[in-house]
Amino acid sequence: MPDVARDVVEHVSTLARLALSSEEIDRLQHEMGRILEHADKLQAVNTDAIQGTSHVIPMINVYREDQVGESLTPEEVVANAPDSADEFFKVPRTVEE
Amino acid sequence: MAMEPMIGLEVHVQLATESKMFCACSTKFGAEPNSNVCPSCLGLPGSLPVPNRKAVEYVIRTGAALNCSVADHCRFARKNYFYPDLTKNFQISQYDEPLTYNGYIDLKVNGEPVRIRIRRAHLEEDTGKNLHLASGSTLVEYNRGGIPLMEIVTEPDFTTAEQCREYLTQLRLILRCIGVSTANMDEGAMRAEPTVNLNDRATGEATPKVEIKNLNSIRSVYEAVKYEISRQRKAVAEGREGELFQQTRRWDESNGVTALMRRKETSDDYMYFPEPDLVPLEPDPAWVESIVSSCPELPAARCERFCTEYAIPEYDATVLTESRELADYFEDACKAFEGAAKTVSNWVMGDLTSLLHEAGVSIAQSPVSCERLAELLKLIDENVISGKIAKDVLAKMFESGKSAAEIVKEEGLEQISDTSALESVIDEVIAENPGPVEDVRGGKQQAIGFLVGQVMRKTQGQANPGMVNEMLSRKVKGEG
Repeated sequence: MPDVARDVVEHVSTLARLALSSEEIDRLQHEMGRILEHADKLQAVNTDAIQGTSHVIPMINVYREDQVGESLTPEEVVANAPDSADEFFKVPRTVEE
Repeated sequence: MAMEPMIGLEVHVQLATESKMFCACSTKFGAEPNSNVCPSCLGLPGSLPVPNRKAVEYVIRTGAALNCSVADHCRFARKNYFYPDLTKNFQISQYDEPLTYNGYIDLKVNGEPVRIRIRRAHLEEDTGKNLHLASGSTLVEYNRGGIPLMEIVTEPDFTTAEQCREYLTQLRLILRCIGVSTANMDEGAMRAEPTVNLNDRATGEATPKVEIKNLNSIRSVYEAVKYEISRQRKAVAEGREGELFQQTRRWDESNGVTALMRRKETSDDYMYFPEPDLVPLEPDPAWVESIVSSCPELPAARCERFCTEYAIPEYDATVLTESRELADYFEDACKAFEGAAKTVSNWVMGDLTSLLHEAGVSIAQSPVSCERLAELLKLIDENVISGKIAKDVLAKMFESGKSAAEIVKEEGLEQISDTSALESVIDEVIAENPGPVEDVRGGKQQAIGFLVGQVMRKTQGQANPGMVNEMLSRKVKGEG
C-alpha cells in the first residue's frame, strides 16, 4: 500500500478539525498508508456470505418504554462546562458554515 | 433548452413521544433551558443510549401511511460533524439501512393527480439549540437534543411550488391523523427543506442544486420554491447559468427572496459508520402487522368518502377532514341525527366551530357532544324550534352543558306552529302595515318578507317561518 495522497490527509484533517503542519502531513501520508496496509489484510478474507457486523453480541431489538424519568438540574448540566451563562453553555461564536 | 424544475423535499418531524429517543428525559416544549437533559443526551462518558419503542412504532406507522416498506433488519449510524448543537460530535441517525423506504403519496394538484415517491422515512435524534449573541458568543441548550426526529425524504418528483405546498399540507394532515406528531411548523415540530434545480429531461442538462433553509410555514416553502425557480430560470434565460453554483440559501421572509447562506463545493462528508452502542432492529412482523392494520383512514381518502357517502360539497369535506377529531364528530353526529348530512356539516363548521374558537377549546373537548348536537338538529327538523332560535339554544347548551330540550322547555322557546296562535299575530301585522300589504296585493312579492319579519319580531322569533309565510300570503290576498 503506497502512502496516502496529500489531499486525502488534508481532507481528513479538515473533517477532524486538526491543524496540521506541512511536516506532519508528510509524516501522516506515510503512517496512514501503513495503517491502511495493515487493515488491508482483511481484504484477503472472503466475506461474500457474511452479513456486515456492527455489533459482536448476537442481540437485537433492545428497547425502552416511552416513560419520562429523572433529568439533571440545569446547574448540574453546566457544572463541568468551561464556560456557562445562566443555565446555558457558553461557547465561542459559531457561525453557520 | 426546455428546462423543467426538479424539486425534492426533506422533512424533519419531531415525534410526539413523552420521552426522548434514547433516554428518559421529557420532550416537553418550552421548558426551562437545560432542564430536560441527562448524562445520556449530554453524551457523558459511560452513558448508553436505549431506543424508545414508541418512536420506532411511530416511524413504522408513518411508513405504512406513506406506502413504504418496513425494513426487516436495520441499524442506527453515527453522523459525524462538529457543531455545538451536538453534545457528542455525532448525531445518531440512520444511513444505509433506514427503518422504512420506497413509498409514495398520491396528491391532487389543480385537479391533476400527481404521485410523489418517498425515498425513505428514518429515525434520528434532534439537535440542541444555539442562541447567537450580539456580544460574539453563542449560548447552547439541549432540551431539544435527543428528541426523536423522523426524516422523510422524497425523490425529486415535484415540478411546481403548488405541488410542494399540497404535499406538505397532506403530510401534515396525515401525521396529525395518525397521531405521531403535532406537526406544528411554527414550533419547529415539522421542518421542510426543499432542494431546487432546473433540469432538461431530454438532454440531462441541469442547473446546480440549491437547498433552501429557514422555512417555518408551508406558505414560506411555497414562496421560497417559487422564487428560487424564477431566480434560476432568469439566469438561464439571460445566459448567466455559469453564475449558478451548488449552494445552500436562506429564505428571507421579510424581503421575499432567497439569499446565499453557504457555498457547497464538495458533497457533505459525515463519515457515517454503524452506531456500536446500539444493537440492530428487526421489527417483529406481527408487531409491524398490528401497526399497519391499525392505521386509521387517511384524510384524503376520508374526504373523498365524505363527498360520496354524505353527499356534502368538497369544500365541507375538506374542512371536516382537516382533523380526525372533527371528522369523527361529524360522522357520529350524522349517525345520531339521521337527517341531512349537509345540515350537520353547516352547524359543525359554522356555529359550533365559532363557539369552540371563542372558548379556545378543541372539538374533542366540546361541551356539546355530537349526540346533543343531533338532538338540537332534530328539534329544528321537527319544527319544535326555528333555525334562528336554535343558534341561541346551541350557545346556551355550550355554556351550561344542558340539553337542547331542557333549554327549550325552561325558556319556553318552542316554535309557534299552532294556527290559531299565529292567526291573531298575523292579523295584527296586516292591520298595522297597510302600505306593504298593498304592495303585496299589487304584485310586489318581496314585500311579504317584511311582513314575515314583523310577525317573527312580535313572536320573538318563535313563529314557524314557513307557516307564517304561507298564512300571510293567503290572508293578504284575501284567501283565508
